[in-house]
Amino acid sequence: MKAGIVIFPGTNRERDMAIALERATGARPRVLWHRETALPEGIDLVVLCGGFSYGDYLRCGAIAARSPIMRPIAEHAARGGLILGVCNGFQILCEAGLLPGALLRNAGLRFLSMECRMRVERTDTPFTTHYQRGQVIRAPMAHGDGNYIADAATLDRLEGEGRVAFRYVTEAGDAVPEAALNGAARNIAGIYSGNLRVLGLMPHPEDLVDPLMGGTDGLPLFESLAAAA
Amino acid sequence: MKARVTVMPKSGVLDPQGKAIGHALASLGFAGVGEVRAGKVIELELAETDPARAKAEAEEMARKLLANTVIESFRVELV
Repeated sequence: MKAGIVIFPGTNRERDMAIALERATGARPRVLWHRETALPEGIDLVVLCGGFSYGDYLRCGAIAARSPIMRPIAEHAARGGLILGVCNGFQILCEAGLLPGALLRNAGLRFLSMECRMRVERTDTPFTTHYQRGQVIRAPMAHGDGNYIADAATLDRLEGEGRVAFRYVTEAGDAVPEAALNGAARNIAGIYSGNLRVLGLMPHPEDLVDPLMGGTDGLPLFESLAAAA
Repeated sequence: MKARVTVMPKSGVLDPQGKAIGHALASLGFAGVGEVRAGKVIELELAETDPARAKAEAEEMARKLLANTVIESFRVELV
């Protein structure tokens, strides 16, 4: 598994992501600069991390989505390459059109920095084989714009094609509206691309990969990826 | 030539910012304010001197970057 982490001006979760990837894969990820116009040879997984790329100017992720490195990343996606986008990375993937929909300001207008519960909706994708189906996992979240939205037809298509990766749920695992504190449509915390090789999600699995961090609920995601490529 | 691009949240898209502004207006004592929607205005200095081409160029910029047409609509005017 060769992973590359992309750094945009304002990216700030790359160290957490590198720790999680190295722990699961045993290899240190490459660091990719946003101005690069090609990916290093043999990269299996491209990771877009959290932060505030370009100061969230215009819209979250809007400027980063038009940076030079996004062209080879789109080609990587078209070849069936693996891509993980977390938080600002999810926003960038939506802005780049690699995932459908958009992330609006949280419904309550508050920046939400807290722990949430997510339900793993399927376990036959490169990101989730090390989880149990329907498993409820803890994940830290920290975002101001996580209110996932798409038109009704797109939401129906995502559900029909099994492309909802994670949903915000209660501790008991129920996807009731109150569990989606940011207001996300149908409690969507993360979605897949049509070929299930691109995942975008708002919460931060990379911040729960060691007992010292308070838990390891996020580690199976990275172990799944390590086993996938 | 100057173009002004007005970007607004699409109708039906939740606009919590507009809502918060509405609440603040009400607490200042402004009565009779209905729905409030907040968008943004972007002004562009263009080298193009032909009005039709300048407008088309600004619309292309709006589609590609200035607006996210999943959630926003836009209007271009030359000023």
